Amino acid sequence: MSDYRIQGATGEWEVVIGLEVHAQVTSNAKLFSGAATAFGAEPNTQVSLVDAAMPGMLPVPNMECIRQAVRTGMAIDATINRWSRFDRKNYFYADLPQGYQISQLYHPLVGEGAIEISPDDRNPDATKTIGVERIHVEQDAGKLMHDQHPTRSYVDLNRSGVALMEIVSRPDMRSPAEAGAYLRKLRAILRYVGSCDGNMEEGSMRADVNVSVRKVGDELGTRTETKNVNSVRFVMAAIEYEAKRQVEVIEDGGRIVQETRLFNVESGTTRSMRSKEDAHDYRYFPDPDLLPLELEEAFLADCRASLPELPDAKRKRYEGLGISAYQADVLTAEVEAARWFDALLEAGAKPVAAANWTTSELFGALNRTGRDIATSPVSPSQAAELLALVADGTLSGSLAKQVFEVMLETGDAPARIVEDRGLKQTSDTGAILAVIAEVIARSPNQLAQYRGGKETLFGYFVGQTMKAMGGKANPAVVNELLKKALA
Amino acid sequence: MTDLTELGVAAIRDGVRSGAFSAVEVADAFVVKVAKAKHLNAFLVETPDHALAAARAADAARAGGQTLKPLAGVPIGMKDLFCTKGVATTAASHILEGFVPTYESTISQKLWDAGAGMLGKLNMDQFAMGSSNETSAFGNVISPWRRPGSDAPLAPGGSSGGSSSAVAAGLCPGATGTDTGGSIRQPAAFTGISGIKPTYGRCSRWGTIAFASSLDQAGPMARDVRDCAILLEAMAGFDAKDATSLQLDVPRWEQGLSGDLRGVRVGIPREYRFEGSGDGLNYDLEGLASIGATWKAGIDWLRDAGAEIVEVSLPHTKYALPAYYIIAPAEASSNLARYDGVRYGLRDLPEGAGLQDMYAATRAAGFGPEVKRRIMIGTYVLSAGFYDAYYTQAQKVRTLIARDFERAWETCDVLLTPTAPSAAFALGEKSADPIAMYLNDVFTVPSSLAGLPAMSVPGGLDKQGLPLGLQIIGKPLDEQGVLNAGLAIEQRAGFVARPQAWW
Repeated sequence: MSDYRIQGATGEWEVVIGLEVHAQVTSNAKLFSGAATAFGAEPNTQVSLVDAAMPGMLPVPNMECIRQAVRTGMAIDATINRWSRFDRKNYFYADLPQGYQISQLYHPLVGEGAIEISPDDRNPDATKTIGVERIHVEQDAGKLMHDQHPTRSYVDLNRSGVALMEIVSRPDMRSPAEAGAYLRKLRAILRYVGSCDGNMEEGSMRADVNVSVRKVGDELGTRTETKNVNSVRFVMAAIEYEAKRQVEVIEDGGRIVQETRLFNVESGTTRSMRSKEDAHDYRYFPDPDLLPLELEEAFLADCRASLPELPDAKRKRYEGLGISAYQADVLTAEVEAARWFDALLEAGAKPVAAANWTTSELFGALNRTGRDIATSPVSPSQAAELLALVADGTLSGSLAKQVFEVMLETGDAPARIVEDRGLKQTSDTGAILAVIAEVIARSPNQLAQYRGGKETLFGYFVGQTMKAMGGKANPAVVNELLKKALA
Repeated sequence: MTDLTELGVAAIRDGVRSGAFSAVEVADAFVVKVAKAKHLNAFLVETPDHALAAARAADAARAGGQTLKPLAGVPIGMKDLFCTKGVATTAASHILEGFVPTYESTISQKLWDAGAGMLGKLNMDQFAMGSSNETSAFGNVISPWRRPGSDAPLAPGGSSGGSSSAVAAGLCPGATGTDTGGSIRQPAAFTGISGIKPTYGRCSRWGTIAFASSLDQAGPMARDVRDCAILLEAMAGFDAKDATSLQLDVPRWEQGLSGDLRGVRVGIPREYRFEGSGDGLNYDLEGLASIGATWKAGIDWLRDAGAEIVEVSLPHTKYALPAYYIIAPAEASSNLARYDGVRYGLRDLPEGAGLQDMYAATRAAGFGPEVKRRIMIGTYVLSAGFYDAYYTQAQKVRTLIARDFERAWETCDVLLTPTAPSAAFALGEKSADPIAMYLNDVFTVPSSLAGLPAMSVPGGLDKQGLPLGLQIIGKPLDEQGVLNAGLAIEQRAGFVARPQAWW
């Protein structure tokens, strides 16, 4: 579907992309210990005896982390394996106290699923399905700090043992845009489900990017894996760079080696970290400290029942309410915005008007003031009230804008603003007719020209009338009365 | 007044309860005896204050008219594999030298909660890897037993050799042990005492330094079956901190003790009659002949107790030892990765060394040869290209061994076998040949692989006057059946031999 191609000296090349996303599970405690998981705590203040791998310490699965991973799997329509098992991945490093990471190689918790992406945001109905091979849960490692001492490195174990979901896609993406759309969609799903906060800056979500190139229709090429890329933009940049690099290497007569690479944020390039030849032998084997994880039907039913409406379903529902595909897409992209909008609908706002107002007025104002929906000074019920005042003719569009500005500043309810500032629109024909008569009386030239056929001057009379009424006249009534008066 | 150190767990408990003597008198007597027995090298750390504090608490409770705890007034020895809060815990390895846990293992905590006190931390094979206690980094434990007319030091068995030596020498009425492939039963057999390894999952592993997680089980070692039952009741029980712990109530094993075996079917596994041939390994034929006679006596005693004797077959027995020596080292190679010099214990940081150099130097200096051997075996069998041939295959064998036992339970209730293929050997006699040493576990390993309860009780003496043990293996969770069969043997074997104090 994607027509993204690398133009090489020997012709066009196709890029094949697979992503392994590590998403930190939202939970109060770690995967196998009771230690806290809050971001930004002082080093080594969230470390239990288990996380520090003290002698004799044992892991006990935190079922909340399992529940979140299962819910995530359900959200992408994946097979949930009622029998899964933890394996040890053995290697030595100072940030890995146990000398092994508890992960799931052989029997992951979640099997095949799929995510539907819309790579072109102007055309959200043009979708593509990206396969998800598996989701397994595993422990995060600690963090080495090399900048604390001239000759020593320090270790912070706060992250040690934090639960991660590794979400492994099929190599189904064919362009940086598709990879970006996949990541954004995955992030949205995780945030809807509440299983990961999706905060890439804090490292809650990071991707290992597998890239290979091939001539269209050829077998898959050898892939490289660029590790730990932590933003959508960087993932796209890494793919772009890596694909071009691979094409150049191949066209120069070289060979791509299967290797792990690192992305340099400053230069936008990747460099080799280690090749397959000196890759670790991780000696995976089932963790003998843990029994296989067997999930009861009741547990699964509870996970299923707790799933919220997901972005795709919500978007379709909005479209069904008459909201445009584009607006429905914008409204459902972020879970907070979607929840806000749902609350607006629940408060009685008419869907189409509400969508128009939210995507233009509200999002515009939030953008302008550098806020996000979570810190919006206007609540859904206040917005519903404002929209109701427009719907019943109390406020004109321009009056509504004025009221909204005041709401943004003061957080007051619209009815009160209308009351206090006398912004109420008038449909009082007597008052409007009196003003019209006055306007006509002081505009003999314009009147003559209008009656002589210069109909564009109608706007002049509307403007003068509205101005004289302080913007509060009902525009429809003004139009109607003016037409009669000028005829 | 009698020497209080002659008393076992039940007698001390009952005497303290009745007021025949005070708990402090008991503790004092054992503390003195421990202090005088340094030549046995059974204790790595002596903790008289701990024992005396528990004793004073017991006496105060009695004086205050309170109900005494199940082990009030009973001082015990604690194998150094159990982490004890504020008391150095090393697993008899240099790599943990200086390590003082800030936490108490579930097993030791349960014993303290039951009123027991600690006389000290007991020496052992390093990380519980060994069958003679010769792999301790802090010197061999010596058995209190000697061959007649010889002062050659004998092995107390292993890995719970400090425990067996201390109990046999009367330094404590009971001790904790751990059993991965026979580490409670074989040393009990070597020193003429009793020891039980419960069903895997009965005793929490939390706070116990791991050797091979899927096999490690704690259990008591004491002078007789009743004392084992009493101690095991205090040690067993569900622990939410161990994911492999069984969520079951602890039976009242002491109350259920009965040597009347009418209606009990005792299986005699054909394959345990090792002829010392067939698998190409070098068995101690004389030892096997001697243990064969004791085994036969055991059969007669159980028949006398009312049991029906049936022959059973455990066809995969000969694969148990090789499978064990793949699975246990594989788990150990991973479990021992945490001893890396980064956070606690030994750190060897040569001048200018990087992280990898520090790992290598620390682990080279900290682990003994047998531990290194098993880490290397374990690393090898888990390596890419070898995993299926060794580890996967060994796991299949393990399943077949477990199935052998399940079949056997269709025709019998407990199994009677020898505990070890010979009586205690002299220190140094087998330490040069790891395979010969591993053969000590040949009878104990199958039940470990199957996670079954099993115990060793004294069956008699060999021609040299050294103790021989008989092993009873039970169905999952049937510790009672095991203890009762053990009791029936104990009541008939008339095993009263005690080592003469020479230390």
